[in-house]
This record gives sequence, C-alpha cells and structure tokens, in this order.
Amino acid sequence: MRKNLNVIAAYSIMMGLIILVGIFQSWNIALSIFNLCLISAVMTMGANIQWGYAGLINFGIMGFTALGGLAAVLISVNPVQDAWSAGGTNILLSLFLIIGIVLAVRFVLKRYQKSKIRNYIIAAIIISGIIIIRLVSEPGIEAIEEVNPARTGFLGGLGLPIIFSWIVGAFFAGGLAFVIGKVALGLRADYLAIATLLISEIVIAIIKHEDWLTRGVKNVIGLKRPAPYEVNLQETDWFINLVEKFNSGKLALISDLSERQAALNQFVIEGSSVFVKLCYSGLFLVVVIILLILTQKALYSPWGRMMRAIRDNEEAANAMGKNVVKQHLLIFVLGSAIVGIAGAMLVTQDGLFTPGSYRPLRYTFLIWVMVIVGGSGNNFGAILGGFVVWFLWIEAAPIGLYLVNLTTAGLEDTHFLKVHLIESVPYFRFLMMGIGLLLIMRYRPKGILPEKIEIK
Amino acid sequence: MDFLNALILLLNYIFVPALAYGSQLAIGAIFVTLIYGILRFANFATGDMMSFGTMVAILFTWYFQSIGLTLGILPTALLAIPFAILFMGLYMLTIDKFVFRYYRLNKSPPVQLAMVSIGVMFVTQAVVRIIIGPSDRRFFDGEKFLIRANEFKEITGLNEGLAIKSTQVITIVVTIILVSTLFWFLNKTKTGKSMRAYSDNEDLALLSGIDPKKIVMITWMIAAILATIGGVLYGLDKSFKPFTYFNNMLPIFAAAIVGGIGNPFGAFLGGYVIAFSEILLTYAYKKFFMYVLPESMEPVGLIQLLSTDYKFAVSFSILVIVLLYRPSGIFKGKIL
Repeated sequence: MRKNLNVIAAYSIMMGLIILVGIFQSWNIALSIFNLCLISAVMTMGANIQWGYAGLINFGIMGFTALGGLAAVLISVNPVQDAWSAGGTNILLSLFLIIGIVLAVRFVLKRYQKSKIRNYIIAAIIISGIIIIRLVSEPGIEAIEEVNPARTGFLGGLGLPIIFSWIVGAFFAGGLAFVIGKVALGLRADYLAIATLLISEIVIAIIKHEDWLTRGVKNVIGLKRPAPYEVNLQETDWFINLVEKFNSGKLALISDLSERQAALNQFVIEGSSVFVKLCYSGLFLVVVIILLILTQKALYSPWGRMMRAIRDNEEAANAMGKNVVKQHLLIFVLGSAIVGIAGAMLVTQDGLFTPGSYRPLRYTFLIWVMVIVGGSGNNFGAILGGFVVWFLWIEAAPIGLYLVNLTTAGLEDTHFLKVHLIESVPYFRFLMMGIGLLLIMRYRPKGILPEKIEIK
Repeated sequence: MDFLNALILLLNYIFVPALAYGSQLAIGAIFVTLIYGILRFANFATGDMMSFGTMVAILFTWYFQSIGLTLGILPTALLAIPFAILFMGLYMLTIDKFVFRYYRLNKSPPVQLAMVSIGVMFVTQAVVRIIIGPSDRRFFDGEKFLIRANEFKEITGLNEGLAIKSTQVITIVVTIILVSTLFWFLNKTKTGKSMRAYSDNEDLALLSGIDPKKIVMITWMIAAILATIGGVLYGLDKSFKPFTYFNNMLPIFAAAIVGGIGNPFGAFLGGYVIAFSEILLTYAYKKFFMYVLPESMEPVGLIQLLSTDYKFAVSFSILVIVLLYRPSGIFKGKIL
C-alpha cells in the first residue's frame, strides 16, 4: 500500500480535477473529457508496450487509429446491396488479384536465387499487377460511387453490432503492423520513427481517397451505438422517474406545476446525454481495466522480463538465445493492435467516421507526449499520462485565457496586444505541451510515475 | 511542331514546377541531414523552424514595405532574409543552449534528443501561431512572371504556352548559389573540413583538437541560414501557412533519407528525386499523348498513373522502397 502511495495520489488528483470541471463547467464536458481520456489511455498503453517494454518507436499511431475506425465502419454499417451488385464482383476480383500478386512475389522470392533478374521479375509482376488491378477495379469503383452518392456511394459494411469492431480493429491494426514490422523493424530507432510516421500518412491517404470503401472525406455518419439514444431515453418512463428522483430536492423548490414540468424536462434532456456518456465511460473503463490487467501480468511474466532484457541490451539477450527480431515483431503487432482498439472506440464514441480528421503529425506526437510525461514502461504511468495530457489539451484554452487576462490586466480591453493575445489563446496548448515535455524530459526523464520493477 | 508542343507541355507542367519544388525540398533536406550528421539526432522541429524563419522574414518584409523600401521587380522578402537569418540564428543558439546542450553533454541516446526536438517543435509552433496566426499569408511583391504563357505563345507561335514564375527562377538561382557555397565551405575551408571530421568520428576529431563548441555553433548558424532561406523560398512560391510547413517536414525527411542521411550531397539530390517522382507519377499525360501519337491512337482516359490525392503517398512509398533495398540511401549515407 505504502509503495503505491504516489500512484493513488496522482490518480486521485486527476479524478479531482475532472470532478472540478464537472462542478464548475458542466458534467457533460467533464464526462466527454473523461471518455476521451480513457481512449487516450488505451492508445498510450499501446505505445507504452512498444516503447516502454521494448524500446521501439512507433510514430504510426494515427495510421493504426484510422484503421481501427475503418473497422468500426466496415463492421457496423449495413451493407449497401445496390453497390455490391453494381461493382462488387470487380472489387472481389481485384482482391483476388492482390492476393495472387503477393503469392507470385513470394513464389519468385523462394524459388530463385538473389539476383538482378529476380528483382526485375518482381518489379514486372508488381507493375503489371497494378495496371491490371486498375483496369479491373476502375469500372467497379465508378459504379459503386455512383450508387446514391449523397447517402451511400460505398460498399457499406457487415451490419453487425459495433462492439465487434473493437476486436476487428485490433486485428486490422495488428495485420498492418505485421507488414510494417517485417519491412521496417530492422532499422535503428529514429529511422523507424520516421518510417512509421510516413507509412501512417500513406494509410490515411488511402482511407481518405478510396471513396468506395470508406466514403472518404464525405464521412460516414450515424453509426450504430452500443448505448441508448438520447431521444429514446427522454421518452422512457423509468429514466424520467430516475431523473425525477435524482433531482427531487431541486424540483421540490419549484411550486408551480407547469414550471416544475418544464424544469423536469430540462433535467431529463441534460440527464439523458450524461447517461449516454456514462454508458460509454462504463464500456471504455471495462476495456481499460482488462488491458491493464493483461499488460501488468505480461510485464511481470517471464516474457516481460525477456522484453526488458532485449530493450536494455539487445546483443546480450541475443546471445542468451532470445530471438530478438521475432520478439520485436510480436510486440510491435501487439502494441499496434491495442492502438487499433482505441481507434475503433473513438469512432464508436463519436458515432461518425471522418477520415479528414486523422492528422498524423499532430496527434501522434500528442500520444507520445502522453507516454513520456506519464512514465514509459509503467502502465499506470501511461494511463495517467493519457489523462493528464488530454485534460490539459482541452483545458489549455481556458487556462491560457485566464493567464492572458492576468498578465495584461494593466492594459485596456481594446489594446492591440491584448486583443491579439486573446485571439491566439487556442495556441497556448501547443506551448503548454512543448514546455511540459521539455521540463519532464529534463528534470524527470522517467515521467511522473517512473518505471519500477519489483522482483516478485 | 507537335513534338515541340509536347516538349513545352512537359516543361511547363512538370519540369519547371518540379525543379522549383525540388530545390525547396533540397534545402530543407540538407538542413535535416546536417543536424543529423553533426548533432546526431532526427530533428522533428525542422518544419517549424523553417516556418519560424519565414515568419521573421515576413515581419521584416512588412516593416520594409511600410517604410517604402522595395527591391523593384524583385520581392522585398529577399531584402529581409539576412535580418531573418540573424534572428533565426539567435533563436537556434538559444534553443541549443537551453535545451539540446544538456543532452549533448550527457551523451544521451539519439532517440531522447529526437523526443526533445518534439518539445521544441511544439514550442516553436505555438510561438509562430501566437505571433503571426495560423492563417494563409502571401508576402510576394514585385514582378510575378518572367515569361507569361500568352507572350510565349505569341513569340514562338506554338499552341502550348510556357509560363515561368519569377519565384521559380529566384528559387532555383538562390538554391544554386546557396548549395554551391555550402559545398565549397564544407569541402574546401578548414572549418568545413573539421565539421565533416566531427561528423565522421567524434572522438577522433576531438583528439585532433577540433573545438566541439565551435562546430556546434557553426552548424546551428548554417542550419539557420538553410531554414530561413528554404522557408522563404517556399513561402514566396506558394504561400506561408504554419500547418503546411509542419506537413512539409515529411517529404523533407523522405528526401534526406532517400539521399542517404548524413550526406549533404545526397540530401540535395534526394529533394529532386522526391519532387520529380511526385509530379511525374501524378501528372495526367492525356494532352502529351495527344500531341505525340497520331490522331487515331488518341488516349481515352487521363493517362494518370496515380490520382493527385496520392501526391504525398508517392514520396513515402519511394522512401519505403529505398529503405527495403538500400537502407543507407541512394548515395550511401550513414547506415542507421
């Protein structure tokens, strides 16, 4: 108990801050911050597994997040029958062609010795394959995109409950990570960082522009929900009764009957959105706790010890007979899969998929700030980092405004400097992130909750 | 005649823009590669340092314009560049003193320095946005075109026009002067040679009496020159928007790695490799084939290898291919 005092203290302070937001701003805002904190926590756990356990830098976070989001769309949206009949065969044919190309390249790689001719053959297979795929898929894609473009114009999904997509998202992201890992894991750390960053840009470019699959920048809206809808809640009796009971004190103060009814309605509307958010929080919390238990178990298992050995001294671990390459690949896939879950959760919570909003440069670095500020290698630290940084990211504008008002209190309201500063308040969040990161890196390089390994 | 038309078409839509864009990337890539070779970390603040330098240049340009000082047909920004470089150098040295020096003296691993540079990136980003705002700004003045498409058509009597923007010419000329001076400096002067020695083998360089403080300072000064000029040229040619500069970091990194990171000449060529492949692969060749082929064989589609949406993706795919087959880059940089 005593050993974990700092963990408990840090988490209670964080919870206290969120509750303060609830009291002073509104419970709606507090809960939406809390939910996004939970999602960030899942992402940081994924990044932390890679960086903290194994020392791999993955700057492709946003690519995996977007893939998780894509999974949510492909799982939950109802299939568009017209589009399938219009261009489904072409798309399926292209899919088989892609598999054929991969198999052919593998065959050539296995069958022939390494030589210039082999490289040319592979290049020829890939280039001719791409041309054939384009010829086959083009009419199909055009046909699909012409099917009711204002509402669908894409293939749709499987029409299953959206919760399944959390698992499928993990598989998507893990699959991509496997491919990237095969290609890029041999590189040194900072090189790997750049490579993954660029690959995630490619993934997002594809998701953004392949309208037949994802509707691209037209976005997919109105996804299914695992939680009830506000509108339905506002008409259910048990919910209205619940709200009435909850606010009975306040309602009793209002004597006029019609006024009381109006106030109740107001409470019901507010309550319904809080209730929906609470449902999400519950679901997310379950995911976070399951992942936390699993990662903690892994950290203290023989496997976790091996990972740390590999991280701290690759050559020595290799000499002890550990397969470094394989373990790196494994942990890269696992961490990315967790990020994929977070991506699916994010889309589930928003109820819409907007490929345009995945900006690798911005959010990848934010996630990394979370990992480093929280404490790399420590799961509790990573989760805390997700909470602290996201909280600051959202609340930076109000804090910045307060600071600006404080420092320019001597100036008139119309003074150009004050007006300019107040206009640029939103950018104070970058300043806070940057200075926070620099200070932590300098004075507490292991993060708020540093990694500590107990021998059990 | 048709053949000439086709040639002019390619010149107008591919060669000239790619050359200008490539020069802008090349300057940035040399900046990245220099920091990587001598200070030994991947500088994620590259794009934002460039936008900071450009911002200072814009502020000076506005000041000069307000007091009525212009360069006639040339953009005023050229006059502002030296002042911006001084400012930028000061900024870089300050950052180095307060941030990077500590890690360098502690011999931290490169990854840690890269993380620190992300912190610098955030701070620089904030400073730029707070001072000048996030919106799009054009600060070009002077004569816009060297040759207009219409004039060219009249003079030569061809169907296709060739338009050359003065910013494109300025970009190319400035790049040639800057890069040749830099290579002369690195290869011929004593300081330049000691810089290369330091990059090759730090311990050996220290043993031979090279002063690391001086090397680092000069590196940051050169970096300031490259960042400012590269940023201003890009801003003159297109426009200045902090977020675009931030995004440009990616093709710049791609150029540096494709050329072989740590190798300035490779980085220089890498810039052009990236720019040309981006434009060549996403250009619609329909009109070109209409000129070249006989009428009966006229193409149906746009003959575009990839849609322009994938412009960025092209350069990154090249990078991935290079990483697969030649991890040290086309021109043998450091093996990472």
